[in-house]
Amino acid sequence: MTNNNLKYPPRVLVTKIGLDGHDRGSRIVAAYLRDAGMEVIYTPPWQEINAVVNLALQEDIDVIGLSSLATDHLIAPDLMIALRDAGLDHIKVIVGGIVPANEHGMLEDAGISKIFEPGALREDIVESVATLAANARSSRRDFEEASL
Amino acid sequence: MNIKHKQMHFSDLEQSHDDWQQKYSAQIGNDRTIENRSGIEIKPLYSPLDWSNESYAEDMGFPGKEPFTRGIYPTMHRGRTWTQRQLIGLGRPQDYNKRVLSLLKAGASAISLIPCNSGFRGIDCDEVPVPLLGTCGTVINTTDHMTNSLKDVSYENISTALNDPSPFTLFAFLLAAAKRRGVSIDKISGTSNQSDYISHCVANHMFFRLSLSGGRRVLMDHIEYCAKHVPKWNPVSVVGQHMQQAGATPAEAMAFTLSTAIQYAEDCIERGMDPDDFLPRFTFFFDISISFFEEIAKFRAGRKIWARITRDRFGAKNPRSWRFKFHGQTSGADLTMQQPLNNIARVGVQAMAGIFGGLQSLHTDSYDEAITTPSEETAKIAIATQNILREEAHLCDVIDPLGGSYYVESLTNQMEEEIIAIIDRIDNAGGMYAAVEAGIVQRDIGLSAMGFQDKIESGEQSLVGVNCYQGDDSWASPPPYRPDTDKMQKFVDDFINFKSNRDQANVDTALDNLARAANSSDQNTFEKVVAAAEAEVTHGEIIACLRRELGTGVPVIIA
Repeated sequence: MTNNNLKYPPRVLVTKIGLDGHDRGSRIVAAYLRDAGMEVIYTPPWQEINAVVNLALQEDIDVIGLSSLATDHLIAPDLMIALRDAGLDHIKVIVGGIVPANEHGMLEDAGISKIFEPGALREDIVESVATLAANARSSRRDFEEASL
Repeated sequence: MNIKHKQMHFSDLEQSHDDWQQKYSAQIGNDRTIENRSGIEIKPLYSPLDWSNESYAEDMGFPGKEPFTRGIYPTMHRGRTWTQRQLIGLGRPQDYNKRVLSLLKAGASAISLIPCNSGFRGIDCDEVPVPLLGTCGTVINTTDHMTNSLKDVSYENISTALNDPSPFTLFAFLLAAAKRRGVSIDKISGTSNQSDYISHCVANHMFFRLSLSGGRRVLMDHIEYCAKHVPKWNPVSVVGQHMQQAGATPAEAMAFTLSTAIQYAEDCIERGMDPDDFLPRFTFFFDISISFFEEIAKFRAGRKIWARITRDRFGAKNPRSWRFKFHGQTSGADLTMQQPLNNIARVGVQAMAGIFGGLQSLHTDSYDEAITTPSEETAKIAIATQNILREEAHLCDVIDPLGGSYYVESLTNQMEEEIIAIIDRIDNAGGMYAAVEAGIVQRDIGLSAMGFQDKIESGEQSLVGVNCYQGDDSWASPPPYRPDTDKMQKFVDDFINFKSNRDQANVDTALDNLARAANSSDQNTFEKVVAAAEAEVTHGEIIACLRRELGTGVPVIIA
């Protein structure tokens, strides 16, 4: 795992919002991150957006990984809005799965940090999540200091 | 020309084989160990030392007769080719109808219906964000929707495969629509695809609507209802496809599927049904991966095993009960998002494996299926692929054309052993239902998925365009299918209006009757689902009622 000098390992929520239940990809990515020493919270599919926000808050999550194989990424922007409304802007969100090229821009505009397509390499996923977790921690420190 | 065949003695054969082996080893240097996806070691050459004609009667026999290795019918594809059954599902009912009519014109001989993912989840269109509606299947929530989706399609002459497990609302809408059109329901033929609730619980979790025990109850009611009222309908399709898509090896997928079928048969017997009454209507649905010979061996072995199970274990006497009828779908898990046109070649090879494996019905994937719901153009290429294999390449001329190949026969026997070992393990765990409750099957599938991913990562398993031959990947991606959201919003508004204009007393009575049936063991829940469909109760309302009474499905996640 890349060394980002975190006091404790990245905390990652691997989940699926929307309607699809296929979980081969999300289980493999969860195992990649777990084997890299991260703390992974894994949920069953079909999570409501509010449930994801609550879980992220309760579990002190740094990065949320959304798996989308059947167009569920179309509602990822709604999750970004809900996170912002809950004051969880520091959490970084990545999407993995089938995201057609012409829909990348829409997700990036909504604030999704990274999109991983089929064929993404284990080391790229792990490194990217580690870096994003470190970013989440530091932006969160700023947020906490600012609110003091 | 007169060619004399010299009979070779076995000892001569061994000697010749050793000679070849020495030359082979000297020339090849460091030979790698090759295993197929099921973990069976694959040798560089097969000969009569691996399989000999002396085992012909025991291992192969003749088509239409035990051990059924060569096919379940005497004529196989030479008599009647497989059914070209393309999965179809998109947009609103009228969008689906347009696609169906065009595919029937292009040569499809049967139809299928994939509902929208909201339908999979057991909810109506007004409970779902509009952008998600109709992207992966058709929105069918009422008998009216079914009627519109089948406009100008003959109910009697086309066999219909509904992706529609417990509580079989699409089938209920179809029956209600048929009655409205004046068609007698005993003329309706087709299959309740995806009726295998166990496969949805362990693998893709798509149709996982009711609790395991609820799924079990309603499936049995459905089988009984069909036997009584819709005799041409296949109420059970046992699905290996989900498990293999989720990562199970071909041997595991076949074994888990047969174990599931054993479970359903035992449940039917416990209900007091005679095996010869329900087994002829059992069908199977499998993934066909690109592991060409392994898939052919998987299907040949599966046919043999099922015939033995039905005859010896369940005592079925009618030969129709022994027949292993299956639909195959070329594997989407083998398709790549990168360089998508390459998928046409992959699908061709997968389809050939299924055809040589002796399937009864085939879906070929469209090349854009790794990215989106197929477009009309790509769906037509997928159908053309089947037409080319059948009529240009003449793959139907000879029955079981690979039968007798030393490799294929030897591999069929090895796959058979492997599959039986897994079935025994599930039996020892108390059967499929118990094994699934305990998470055993889910764990095995997860481990196999990880093992295969490791092989892709290490490069041991090539994936052209993904881990090798990437090139610059400047190929244009086909645009994804996205329904018009304004039209979809209007459709949802119409649906809401429809609900408020129904005879609410009828709806309430139908739902009360359904809830009462669910709580009484001597009533048939599916009969009440049909009555609800006729009373204009919606898909989501029927499922919500049964979830209240029988419990909601929650997957056992073994990461």
